[in-house]
Amino acid sequence: MPADAAHPTLTWDVAHDVSQLLEYHFMLNALLAGSVVAVMAGLVGWAMVLRREAFAGHTLSMMAFPGASAAALAGVPAALGYFLFCAAGAAALGALSSARRISWSDQSAGIGAVQALALAAGFLFVSLYGGVLGDLENLLFGSLLGVSDGQVLLLVTVAAATIAALAALGRPLLFASVDADVAAARGVPVRALSLAFLLLLGLAVAATSQITGVLLVFALLVAPAAGAQALTARPLASLALTVALGLLVVWLGLGIAYFSVYPAGFFVATVAFATYLLCRLLAQGRRLLRRRGRAQGEGEDAPAQRAGVIA
Amino acid sequence: MGEPAIVLDAAAVRIGRRTIWSDVSMRVDRGGFVALLGANGSGKSTLLRALLGALPASAGRIEVLGRAPGAASGEIGYLPQRRSFAPQTRLRGVDVVRLGFDGDRWGVPLALSWGRGAGRAREARRRVAQVIELVGAASYAERPIGELSGGEQQRLLIAQALARRPRLLLLDEPLDSLDLPNQAAVAALVGEICRVEGVAALLVAHDVNPLLAYLDRVVYLAAGHAVEGPVEEVVTTQALTRLYGAPVEVLRASDGRLVVVGQPEPPAHHHDRHDDGAHDHGHVAAHDEGHAG
Repeated sequence: MPADAAHPTLTWDVAHDVSQLLEYHFMLNALLAGSVVAVMAGLVGWAMVLRREAFAGHTLSMMAFPGASAAALAGVPAALGYFLFCAAGAAALGALSSARRISWSDQSAGIGAVQALALAAGFLFVSLYGGVLGDLENLLFGSLLGVSDGQVLLLVTVAAATIAALAALGRPLLFASVDADVAAARGVPVRALSLAFLLLLGLAVAATSQITGVLLVFALLVAPAAGAQALTARPLASLALTVALGLLVVWLGLGIAYFSVYPAGFFVATVAFATYLLCRLLAQGRRLLRRRGRAQGEGEDAPAQRAGVIA
Repeated sequence: MGEPAIVLDAAAVRIGRRTIWSDVSMRVDRGGFVALLGANGSGKSTLLRALLGALPASAGRIEVLGRAPGAASGEIGYLPQRRSFAPQTRLRGVDVVRLGFDGDRWGVPLALSWGRGAGRAREARRRVAQVIELVGAASYAERPIGELSGGEQQRLLIAQALARRPRLLLLDEPLDSLDLPNQAAVAALVGEICRVEGVAALLVAHDVNPLLAYLDRVVYLAAGHAVEGPVEEVVTTQALTRLYGAPVEVLRASDGRLVVVGQPEPPAHHHDRHDDGAHDHGHVAAHDEGHAG
């Protein structure tokens, strides 16, 4: 582990600590890759949380396993396997959800079935490969501290494309997400948008899981968005907060990991969870306060409402 | 005044091999408020879908705002049946109304502070505030929509339908999930919108009573046909008995409310509704639920 080689020590001098942190190229790359991923995963995750497609997102992240093992079997770069399988998974989920407007529980059962098939296929590819998959640990938990320059470049490209596409779809996607019937009556292509979004989600997940690993994608995809949406219902504010929380999670997680002997992924995921928990607690506390305030104002409110009904 | 908002001339609609209704003629004038009545499965939602251009007429003629159905979708405010937002929907009422204004335009509404974008954004905010004021939702429009009551959500959805200054409102059972005071209030609101904004409204309802004071005319669908006219001519024992082809009695309570007694249920409408295809699937469950409750 490169972190072990660095032997950094934490001091009370913050400037010194930060300069220590940035001394090594691997650390710079980790921060850069982490930041890019935080922004992309945050924005895509925001729409995913709003659409309540977290399970679909989780399933897409699982696609990385058959993707990576198939790539190893075929002798092509792992990244190619990631992207191809995530895209295929997105297409499969899209076909499931647009076959008919089936109920949500039916849909989640279908998504679960796709996930099981993907994992089984990955298992088959591993056994066909006939050995231990070299980077199994990296596949599952990522290699934040081992990001190459090439990976950073690939990430920046994918993130730019994903964010641009998301911005172009922006309003109709939001419309279709919260109000599909009316959006459809207005001529918004609801089904096509749903498929397009799953493809974007697949792209973001494939890129993110190369850095954070399959199992930790969720820390950056869900936690910042869910936390921000718990705190505010204003779209622009919660989008901005999502990105800010995502960056905070990555920087804090990496910063702690640098001065510790434990893996970076653990700290990133833990900080993400703590952030989410904190947001929920804040929202809960605010709701309690507001309810108390409303209970006090109730006496004045009720007659006004009744008058409105009569008018 | 120009052409009427809706014209049906001996129109029929078929789904699969089944004719839902036929020989239906009706007309909604500009600024008119018309209720579309009838029992479950009589084809009320089908009529709205035909007006939206989602189903073709198999016979006769259907015209919406002087054009073929579907051609004028930008000038129609549509409120689908029984919609409520999940409690965890993290979007404010004002955002949902705003989607009615420009939700179908590509891109994101960046907070542009210069040039044309700024003017358009200002116009959007002004119109959104205006319709929210019109439906009387200003006091709660800033709250997350999932936390609001059914009546409050319904008002915001009407505001959403009004955002783009439609010339025709198509409202599918907007009173369905509301308690009696809210039914009266929403009925009054739609009547007022027709007057103030000059919008024509076709409102699907189970029960004509909350609407009596505000309606111009009614259309009553039953047994695959329709009668149209003023309430006092259509909701009568004679007219409905002729329409159903079976004895039906209309009673008038002392407070003026009308009660229709003995209307035969259409046979096995559940299967037929499933035949409707993908578009109506979400609605079927909501409908059945409404009846159990």
